[in-house]
Amino acid sequence: MTGLIQVRGGRTVAKAVDRPWLLRAASIALVLGLWEWGGTIPVSIAFPKFSETLAAFAGMITDGTFAGAYAETAGPLIVGVSLTAVGGVLAGLVMGLSSRTEWLGLPVFIVLQASPSAAIIPLITFIYGIGFTAKVFAVVLLSAPVIVLNSYRGIANTPRSLLEMGDAFLAGRFKRIVKIVIPAGSGLIFAGLRLGLAQGFTGAVLAELLITPTGVGDLITFYRSVADYPRMFASILSIILVASVSVTLLQRLEQRLFRPEMRPA
Amino acid sequence: MTNRTSPTSEPTVPGGVRNPGDPAVRVVDLAKVFAGGVRALDGVTFDIPRGELTSIIGPSGCGKTTTLKIIAGLLDATSGQVEINGTPVTRPGPDRAFVFQDFALMPWATVLRNAAFGLELRGVPRKEREATAREYVAKVGLSRFEDAYPHQLSGGMRQRVGLARALAVDAEILLMDEPFASVDEQIRRKFQEDLLRLLSEEDKTVIFVTHSIEEAVYVSDQIVIMTRGPSQVSKVVRPGVDHSGGSGHIRRSPAYLDWVERIWAELQGYLET
Repeated sequence: MTGLIQVRGGRTVAKAVDRPWLLRAASIALVLGLWEWGGTIPVSIAFPKFSETLAAFAGMITDGTFAGAYAETAGPLIVGVSLTAVGGVLAGLVMGLSSRTEWLGLPVFIVLQASPSAAIIPLITFIYGIGFTAKVFAVVLLSAPVIVLNSYRGIANTPRSLLEMGDAFLAGRFKRIVKIVIPAGSGLIFAGLRLGLAQGFTGAVLAELLITPTGVGDLITFYRSVADYPRMFASILSIILVASVSVTLLQRLEQRLFRPEMRPA
Repeated sequence: MTNRTSPTSEPTVPGGVRNPGDPAVRVVDLAKVFAGGVRALDGVTFDIPRGELTSIIGPSGCGKTTTLKIIAGLLDATSGQVEINGTPVTRPGPDRAFVFQDFALMPWATVLRNAAFGLELRGVPRKEREATAREYVAKVGLSRFEDAYPHQLSGGMRQRVGLARALAVDAEILLMDEPFASVDEQIRRKFQEDLLRLLSEEDKTVIFVTHSIEEAVYVSDQIVIMTRGPSQVSKVVRPGVDHSGGSGHIRRSPAYLDWVERIWAELQGYLET
């Protein structure tokens, strides 16, 4: 592959392809550069420069603002995502293995995935009030469909030849599921978990914005109300960073547990 | 030629005395109709002699693989039955191991784990199964690749892993579904020779599905020629090619070429219909 690129595009491209981190860093630098430039125009008085946001970000780490806010947000997020991860993967597994359950459960999750969740969240308060349970429910509502549907697809699409191989070599039902079906579907299951975690973050923050102002959602609302836009953007940036790091860690966990062949050399 | 025996004949094992002359596998009046009414097999009957390599050859759609999968217990027959040592087949069993056309290797497992997987499923302790798998991985010539993953191997190497997995469980009967279909001609010839060498060291009954007449004549003690429309056995022949003279000598020998032509003539009639 590298050789081919060298012939076609010269040495520089080949080197860049050999070092993917260089391209990633360049992509991030480009976005941040555009952000800095957008802040100097300025696009709006509510749009701070990247450097201002970064300074606010550092300040919020050192004065403990983030620590306090994330301690509050983490509760419903961890409980919600954990519940959905276990329940969602199990639901996907059962739906993928049994056509009756598939027809019973699949339409519910397809409708849930297509529904505008932000519009449903205020309804949660009618049932669960404005406390911890309501926020957990918001996280579950957003993360469940993607986890269930991806797990279902992962399980239902186990290669037929691997299933036949399991039968031919006398795998019982349990070993067939644990040693063949789950590892074969782990790619999609973990893709669902990663997306579900990201959706869980959205759910947690939406709940804090729409139900009761606490945690990181409260930071955004508060700094917007006092027009401290660098801190408001730093709060948003922190959500993106925390979500990205969590998703990457989950990907590493998947490779360690199920797909060692995909581990980078 | 088919030595057809009544399905009611007395079972030779378990519990009974196995006569070396008894076939290892009897396929008796096998029929298979798939959902939608597609008739894949229609009264297929033949015997597989013990300790020999029998090829099943025929045009696409004649039911070769279906027959093999029914023998393996992976498919149910609509009527008729398969007997292994006199016992009717109802499901896969430890007396049979399967080599798949598309290798059926687990992409997330190393060569060694794939080769040991049959033993793993049977609950053999890790050290023991890895030692056995290591032995067969070496026999198929992949010692240096024990820790490699399937995507790092060529098609021929992947099929060697499939063969090592099947040999590692030490089944009496080896079922091979077009094992060389996905490899190129050079690798295929080398693989055929390696297979014959390996089988000469192992006491196995082999059923080998292939499209290739040359391959069937080269590797087989017996060839079951199947036809389609209806899918039945046309002939069972025993080429008896002498393997003592080496590959090049065999492939140029008049006996070998004559058998290739005779089987081609047999199949040609059905291809034109």
